[in-house]
Amino acid sequence: MINKKVANVTEACKGVADGMTFMLGGFGLSGIPENAIAELVRLNVNDVTCISNNAGVDDFGLGLLLQKKQIKKMISSYVGENAEFERQMLSGELEVELIPQGTLAQRARAAQSGIPAFYTPAGYGTEVAEGKEAREFNGKMHILEHAFEADFAFVKAWKGDTAGNLIFKGSARNFNPNMCGAATITVAEVEELLPVGSLDPNEVHIPGIFVQRIFQGERYEKRIEQRTVRKK
Amino acid sequence: MALSKEQIAQRIAKEVKDGYYVNLGIGIPTLVANFVRDDIEVEFQSENGVLGMGPFPFEGEEDPDLINAGKQTITALPGASFFDSALSFSMIRGQHVDLTILGAMEVAQNGDIANWKIPGKMVKGMGGAMDLVASAENIIVAMMHTNRAGASKLLKQCSLPLTGVQCVKKIVTNLAVLEVRDGAFHLLERAPGVSVEEIKKATEGDLVVPENVPEMTF
Repeated sequence: MINKKVANVTEACKGVADGMTFMLGGFGLSGIPENAIAELVRLNVNDVTCISNNAGVDDFGLGLLLQKKQIKKMISSYVGENAEFERQMLSGELEVELIPQGTLAQRARAAQSGIPAFYTPAGYGTEVAEGKEAREFNGKMHILEHAFEADFAFVKAWKGDTAGNLIFKGSARNFNPNMCGAATITVAEVEELLPVGSLDPNEVHIPGIFVQRIFQGERYEKRIEQRTVRKK
Repeated sequence: MALSKEQIAQRIAKEVKDGYYVNLGIGIPTLVANFVRDDIEVEFQSENGVLGMGPFPFEGEEDPDLINAGKQTITALPGASFFDSALSFSMIRGQHVDLTILGAMEVAQNGDIANWKIPGKMVKGMGGAMDLVASAENIIVAMMHTNRAGASKLLKQCSLPLTGVQCVKKIVTNLAVLEVRDGAFHLLERAPGVSVEEIKKATEGDLVVPENVPEMTF
């Protein structure tokens, strides 16, 4: 099997540079590539464009890059939980493209699948449709959306093997599988990196062909954004 | 008496039918799950990748890898499934979800909805709302009839940036149940003790009032 394993996050992030476009998996703080984000902060890469459904919270997730003003542009669907984000956006320091969540997922998936563009009904008649081709199919209007182009995709999985095969857990799966193979280099970090042969091929969510580098992540905080419980 | 948020959710729960797959938005819509009859089978979809969403976990059993679209910790019921975001929106755009319940800042009498942005003031983003309203056949809006300043949220035309066009079919507010049809709001039911006059006063858009407007039952 082709070995995708790299020693650590530093090896995994080799080649990242100022001005690049990154895709990052995760929904809210669930399933975010915590190790890669910490490394991007440490490397202090600047003027980057980040494609991610959310922008973290003020002191965690992509909020850490926002704090250091490393992000030039965010492409997201929902940014409600981050005061610093809202401040940078309203003041014009940060360029923001807000797009429908399903469009975000599908633009990643299109990039992964070699489909340059697709039509979707989402956003027709709204400001999301401005400047985009509109076309009627089956009596309903749709707009043309394009596949993402990115230099790195950073994803987080539950388990992986050294061939790059990945298994995700719960709703931490979210955008992670869609972003694998959607950028020039896909970096997967996993909670448990196993030898080849340890994963049942029937249970692999993303085949290793979509992953260039895989490493064993460390010290996952897995912060909960809204802790909601019921009484026993 | 105008309805509480819980009562709005309780009234909407009556629209949830046996065998429905339902997507609930954040806010009042989330509460609907608490009031669905327990003699029918309904599955709740959360667009971040859960079908068969269950109640909040017991204290100490929260799992950071299991949340809903509002980022709240949840549980999964027996028979639930997890999936990626692209597949989740295949369920939504592909019209496999039977009912969408969401909140709104404004609804227009032609069915336009605005709920994601107040220019210069509040920009949270549309999340999955644009995909949901562009695709769903069956959309119910849950909201207060007026905003905090007392201005009507049921308008001739939306003033805020739109989330979707001509898509809202039904609205349940703290004052009334209304249908959106033929370019007007049609009053179907009023909240217990709320007069037609009060509803008229709180509705800026064209309101069609039939001779008999029954009080809501729960």
